[in-house]
Amino acid sequence: MERIPILQMGDFLLVTIQVDMHDQLALTLQDDLSERISRTTARGVLIDISALDMVDSFIGRMIGTISGLSSIMDAQTVLVGMQPAVAITLVELGLTLPGVKTALNVERGMQLLQDRVHQQ
Amino acid sequence: MAALQSSTLEAMSKNQAQLLAEWSNGLENSGATRNLKEQDLKQQTSEFLHLLVRGLQNGNTQNINTPGWDEIRVFLEKLSHSRATLGQDSQQTASFIFALKGPMFALLQNHYQDSPALLAEQLWEISELLDALGMHTIRTFQKSRESVIKRQQEELLELSTPVVKLWDGVLALPMIGTLDSQRTQVVMESLLQRIVDTGSEIAIIDITGVPTVDTLVAQHLLKTVTAIRLMGADCIISGVRPQIAQTIVHLGLDLQGVVTKANLADALKLALTRLGLSVNKAG
Repeated sequence: MERIPILQMGDFLLVTIQVDMHDQLALTLQDDLSERISRTTARGVLIDISALDMVDSFIGRMIGTISGLSSIMDAQTVLVGMQPAVAITLVELGLTLPGVKTALNVERGMQLLQDRVHQQ
Repeated sequence: MAALQSSTLEAMSKNQAQLLAEWSNGLENSGATRNLKEQDLKQQTSEFLHLLVRGLQNGNTQNINTPGWDEIRVFLEKLSHSRATLGQDSQQTASFIFALKGPMFALLQNHYQDSPALLAEQLWEISELLDALGMHTIRTFQKSRESVIKRQQEELLELSTPVVKLWDGVLALPMIGTLDSQRTQVVMESLLQRIVDTGSEIAIIDITGVPTVDTLVAQHLLKTVTAIRLMGADCIISGVRPQIAQTIVHLGLDLQGVVTKANLADALKLALTRLGLSVNKAG
């Protein structure tokens, strides 16, 4: 079955979405990620969606859900590399993702994660 | 309906010079020649008469969409296009053709003095033909005008949304004019694209030039701010004038979570502070 790889970098988990998301893939990712967070006790999750150029309301909600479940499991989530078209679509759909941290690219996202984890 | 008699055609081609003179006079009197060079007008009128006679020779008068009238249609399209760009109105453009009616009728009246029945018939034919040509001119004129307006609208949209770089990592967008959905869309797209291209972390939207802020405008602003935040950059709104601040409060709009500053200088100062930069007096 198709899966999105979850890489571990020290205390953080790195998820790079390189393919078009469909609903089943999103649900699988959600399961896998929560499983991995609990197994590795990761402190932060970085989701790179720079290759994603289309979203629907389901994927948008899933991004919010992942962020919510990670923070319950004590892992900060940072969403990086959102394309302008995706941002506009999410806003038009009314999915403003409150509480989700964002950054322009992976490098800055990592910086942000490290800062936040150090603060705690 | 009977076709145009060949003797009518003959009369027209024989008296071209006279027709031309009377037509030019008529044009001048009707005021259709304003802003036009006399030389151009002369050339246009003689070319049109020439083409008209040629069209009558090989086309049928019932339908000006037949191939025999191709040349004259193209000529009229060019003419009305140039009139539109010169800023003439539709009446002035159309009277180019309709001013020919008078001299033409006078000519025919002279020619068919002896046979009133034939005169009426021929007058009707010519009148129908000139009307059709006139309508065609107006139609193309309208199209040219519409394309001019459309181009201007697009240019205005582009012009009114410049994204400027204030510093490394700081973009500014001075908004001028009323914000509607379409403009917000263009503004949002160009700003977000520039954020991606330059990797800027802070975007300042200056609304000094926005005359009024109502609930709709505020909603558009909030959308833009949210989209910028989703991309991973920060947004500051500057240029909130006292009246606008009052309106926002009276309307009960919720701008919480949005950083607002009174002027662009304050916003830039805040942006520099966030980037860890400071401006000092030299020496």
